[in-house]
Amino acid sequence: MASTETLDDIKARVKQVTPAETRAALESGDAVVIDTRDAVNREDARIEGDHYAPAGQGASEAHGEEFAERVEQAAGDRGRPVILYCGAGNRSAVAADVLTKDHGFKDVASMSGGLTLWEIQGLPVVTPEGMSAEQRNRYSRHTLLPEVGVEGQLKMLNAKVLLIGAGGLGAPAALYLAAAGIGRLGLVDDDEVDESNLQRQVIHNTERVGQPKTESARQTIEALNPDVEVVEHRTRLDATNVIDIIRDYDVIVDGADNFPTRYLLNDASVRLRKPVVSASILAFDGQISTFVPFEGPCYRCLYPTPPPAELAPSCGAAGVLGVMAGVMGLLQANEVIKLVMGIGEPLIGRLLLYDSLGTRFTELKVRRDPECPICGPGAQEIPESEMGKFPDYELFCAG
Amino acid sequence: MPTIKVPPVLRPQTDGEAEVQVDGGTVGEALRELADRHPATKDQLFSPEGDLNRYVNVYLNDEDVRVMNGLDTSAAEADTVVILPAMAGGAGRFSRI
Repeated sequence: MASTETLDDIKARVKQVTPAETRAALESGDAVVIDTRDAVNREDARIEGDHYAPAGQGASEAHGEEFAERVEQAAGDRGRPVILYCGAGNRSAVAADVLTKDHGFKDVASMSGGLTLWEIQGLPVVTPEGMSAEQRNRYSRHTLLPEVGVEGQLKMLNAKVLLIGAGGLGAPAALYLAAAGIGRLGLVDDDEVDESNLQRQVIHNTERVGQPKTESARQTIEALNPDVEVVEHRTRLDATNVIDIIRDYDVIVDGADNFPTRYLLNDASVRLRKPVVSASILAFDGQISTFVPFEGPCYRCLYPTPPPAELAPSCGAAGVLGVMAGVMGLLQANEVIKLVMGIGEPLIGRLLLYDSLGTRFTELKVRRDPECPICGPGAQEIPESEMGKFPDYELFCAG
Repeated sequence: MPTIKVPPVLRPQTDGEAEVQVDGGTVGEALRELADRHPATKDQLFSPEGDLNRYVNVYLNDEDVRVMNGLDTSAAEADTVVILPAMAGGAGRFSRI
């Protein structure tokens, strides 16, 4: 290709056909239709009945003959009519030009506008099982990532995540997990939206003041992503309900506002082997770790004893920078997504501290405690009949 | 001279200081020096018997001293001793803890 030649020059020279003409030719058998895109796009959507021959970037010399051979194989011989397509009609035009000029093909056309125009005109495509055309579009920025792909997105659509608390941490975490397409989000909270929450609990808004937080969160989530099913648990977690509530979920996000609940959740999640992504915030600081029972430490390995009240004030007493909820809640969402898809390195055995005043992250190692009464080798095996019985955490925390 | 990192919840007791340089050769000595310099931290850190309170985690750099030599763990000049209490946050409805 001469260096002064533009794409428009090529497209003017090459035989172009419309999507409708392509479909007609495909159905009548008058032409062989070939997808020239990269493999990752092909997973996304394609034309039924097509063949596949990736043209690579610009159908360069090096790939030219290999590409030509694949097209020939699909068509039968270099004289038969062939229609190439790609995403937008550019790569296929260049490829058609190369096949005609350099490889002796007699009748190669490019589908103008590509698959994009084909879909805009309402023509049918074949998509991988489980994702509709709308979903493919909605999650395209995810499926483009090699580490995610359609497979990863489907894992998220089929995942069930429980959030303890639809407040400071639960709000941003739920928002982004919903955006990501986590199929079911359970929200445990018996509180109502208060104006003082709106400085950080961005899933709620001024119109929702007075409403139950789970209902407010559900409304925001449904408007953001109808793929997500929200299950409201308008209650506080306690020994009588914890097992029944957590058992149906895959991963738990701990955004609880008190120690007894954190210890209860820990003990129950270890019993049922549910991973918990745990975070806490206060003033300008945040902490986060991921507890996967028996793979890494549990909450008790890290904090065997709760602190006295004066060492652990609430945000209502000491204050919290609103963005801290966002930073830590989103780090929690990030952990959940990695666990669901099985990618990256979750914070197992790692405690991440964030200081927002200095904008500094510090990482501390967390080890499994050999004497942990919950997950240590000496911990008692809990029989099925005792699964729902727990000690008095209020007493434990009152110390 | 190891550095002690003071968590925000203890800073009122250290006159707002977030980092304190101490002489101590061990983690225990470093913390005791902190308690001497800022007596209000003593009860937060140590039990009446002089042991480190169970609810206070202490790290030498990034490792919990409990998996090393506890308070006898050596603390060298370039080391950082991190004091870490648990946090639960919350909007404040639950004021009993």
